[in-house]
Amino acid sequence: MSKYIVTQNVADCIGCKACEVHCKDKNDPGEGAFFCKMMEVESDSGKLPSRDFVYMACFHCEKPWCVDACPTGAMQRRDKDGIVFVQESLCVGCKACIVACPWGVPQWKASTGKVDKCDLCKDRIDEGLEPACVTKCTTNCLTFSVVGNVSDTRRQDFAEQLMQNRK
Amino acid sequence: MKKTVYSICGMCAVRCPVSVTVEGDKPVWIEGNSNDGGMGKSLCAKGGATFSQRLDSQRPTHPMIRTGERGEGQWRQATWDEAFDYITEKLKGIISKHGARSIMFSDRGGPFADLRKAFVKALGSPNYMNHDCTCGRNVNHASKSIYGLGRKGFAYDFKNASHIVLFGRNITESLKVKEVKGFIKGVSNGAHVTYIDPRASNTASKATRYWQVKPGTDYALLLGITHYIVKKNLYDKDFVKQYVDGLPKLKTFLKPYTPEWAEKETGISAEEIMAFCHEVNNDRPKVIFHPGWMLSRYSDSFYASRMIHLLNALMGSMEVPGGLFYPKGPGDAGSGGLKSLGADIPAPEEKERADGCGSRYPQFDKGAGMLHTAYEAIESGKPYPMKAYFIHRHNPLIALPDTAEQKRIWDKLELIVSTDVYFSESSWYADVILPENTYIERDSILRTEKGLKPGFGRRQKCVEPYNDSKPGWQIYTELAKRMGKGEYLPYESIEEIWKYQLQNTDVKIEDFDAKGFVKLAKDPIWYDRDKLKFGTESGKIEIVNKKWEDMGVQSLKPYESPQGPPEGSFSLLFGRCGYQTHGMHHNNPIISEMLGSNKLWINTAEAQKLGIKDGDEVEIAAGETKGIMQTKVTNFIHPQAVFMLHGFGTDVPARERSFGKGVADQIFMKGKLTDWDKAGGSPNIQGCFVTIKALS
Repeated sequence: MSKYIVTQNVADCIGCKACEVHCKDKNDPGEGAFFCKMMEVESDSGKLPSRDFVYMACFHCEKPWCVDACPTGAMQRRDKDGIVFVQESLCVGCKACIVACPWGVPQWKASTGKVDKCDLCKDRIDEGLEPACVTKCTTNCLTFSVVGNVSDTRRQDFAEQLMQNRK
Repeated sequence: MKKTVYSICGMCAVRCPVSVTVEGDKPVWIEGNSNDGGMGKSLCAKGGATFSQRLDSQRPTHPMIRTGERGEGQWRQATWDEAFDYITEKLKGIISKHGARSIMFSDRGGPFADLRKAFVKALGSPNYMNHDCTCGRNVNHASKSIYGLGRKGFAYDFKNASHIVLFGRNITESLKVKEVKGFIKGVSNGAHVTYIDPRASNTASKATRYWQVKPGTDYALLLGITHYIVKKNLYDKDFVKQYVDGLPKLKTFLKPYTPEWAEKETGISAEEIMAFCHEVNNDRPKVIFHPGWMLSRYSDSFYASRMIHLLNALMGSMEVPGGLFYPKGPGDAGSGGLKSLGADIPAPEEKERADGCGSRYPQFDKGAGMLHTAYEAIESGKPYPMKAYFIHRHNPLIALPDTAEQKRIWDKLELIVSTDVYFSESSWYADVILPENTYIERDSILRTEKGLKPGFGRRQKCVEPYNDSKPGWQIYTELAKRMGKGEYLPYESIEEIWKYQLQNTDVKIEDFDAKGFVKLAKDPIWYDRDKLKFGTESGKIEIVNKKWEDMGVQSLKPYESPQGPPEGSFSLLFGRCGYQTHGMHHNNPIISEMLGSNKLWINTAEAQKLGIKDGDEVEIAAGETKGIMQTKVTNFIHPQAVFMLHGFGTDVPARERSFGKGVADQIFMKGKLTDWDKAGGSPNIQGCFVTIKALS
């Protein structure tokens, strides 16, 4: 796993797809391709309507199936921080990575006949910034952080919630 | 070399503050202008598609003059000189025959409309109007009839609210970035949210209570709620005693409207209504009943909105954190305001408006006018003939009901000029299309930003125009000049306009450089809650407004059950999603991918009766008007209604990405141009019925 992680507070997400647009605007994945996508799920059987939007980009695995499947070395894992990305010049468009990834992360770029994917906007990270989707999320429901911090943040949120419930 | 330019988004009419990074002559990054704390860097999907809009080749890239029949799509490319000459020659002919009053103009209102109003005034016509007849007119007039203040006379502090009540106000999808951020913060702080809508929008999924009300019965539900609140004394007695006039009359009027009665009318149980009333009583004063945004819906929407406004008064939620507050203007901060560009232009000779606002419809605001009643004048030539129509970034052919009927009326016009950044359906039916720059390519006039900390904001050009397009201020000052009215809009540059606007203030134009806006107050301004003022004749909140009653508008209207859909028919509901507005973005290279075709929502049990399964294609029809759509079969919609997203089914072939995709809702709204609320002014466009048939 890369040292970074994007987490989503689903309760705060309104399904506005701003993250998808901000990603497409910055990374130009081409028609039909989405490096990040909001997956809509709903249930109309409960007393209250439930409809959630679940953020799906790339988990940047510690031992990525896509990297293992790639025959040309185009799919790579960046040494310094574990970001999984495609080196376009090496991709031959064999689609082995698409088949291998359990979450359907690698995207087909029809205009080039190659694969591309979420690289957490590594150019922005290198400038000390955050990925486009996180930076401009309409309700700030996405958070970019280092994996080790996530646990404490969530535990703290849970503790705050307990305090809230006491009111 | 990178530079940051602060500006104001123009992708929709919310107009959020943005920050644009430009490298050389290329815009490379856009985000919310985080100098505004409520905005942060957030930006919605539409704002995110700004650069994509600029580079889209399926937009008007140069002035166009029609060569074929109207709507046929035959155009010739023209230079700006040719287009201006064509318009001025036609206009001069029309004026010499019918007078300048025969010119009308409509736009989307908002903070930049002042220049366009000045243009219409300079030409000598009283007929400026904006889009609001199919938006907030009912809410505005309802607000005026109670508080003597327009609908923007109050703003809402969602972030600190304890209870937010939304009658169809789909706050998470018809979204304003700052508003929805405040709403979500309120929700995560534990606010109760009661959402009322025959369709469970995304907002319903954020609610703590959802009522799937029978379509068209909001007023009945509100009467039931108010009845119980008044009867059980679940309101702020001190506030009501101090500020509300006419409570005894309200009590008498509400007598028959018990929660049990409301249950029969609306389908919402009396028990739940009563529980809700006790809950808001506990939560007040931090309770917000949103009075509606787009409320051109049913024949009693004006009265529903009036009852909501009254409930806010009963909750005593005015001018408190977590409730409603007065947006403060420059005057509240001890500053002069922006000088109106029309201030020194003489009023047109003709005082009577073609749409009848202030004359044949005395109660309606002259400021925004009403387009559908201006159509009466185009039809009849009374009170005088209407011959020329300027449309600015407004798309009446899909915003108002019944596109075909509107085209028939427009055919009586001798000149239609449309200014826009994309091929709207209305542009496609015009005689001349003038392409305006996309918003990052143009400066606009300064705007006033009301709020707890009032100020002014500036939209600034960030990059050069990509096409042969012009900014609105240049289009209208140039046209005025060529019409011999240059003395009234004598500006050669935007800086001259800004300087004129700022003349009564201590603000300099360079003051906008640091943040993109200028605040006139350091701290939030709250009025003394013991000295609140309302704009009515009595200075109080008037339950019965004599002024309006004298104009023929009853204050407390007895309830009449809506005419429900006939057997085998459904009420047609429409709405938006968070990534498009008013049909403006369906052809955007990025957003078009997300929209595709719209689906028809239909209730599970009803679908079963008709033999329709989720995902099936069906025929939707009203008389001879038909369309084919895919269904979404769900319990998220009331059995009497079907729903579709608005803005699909364009008839403009130049919009290749969206042409032929989905179905338009407004084409089914037959006869709705003349079926409008005589009290509130807006067309009753949701009182429209359609039949649904399975396609085997």
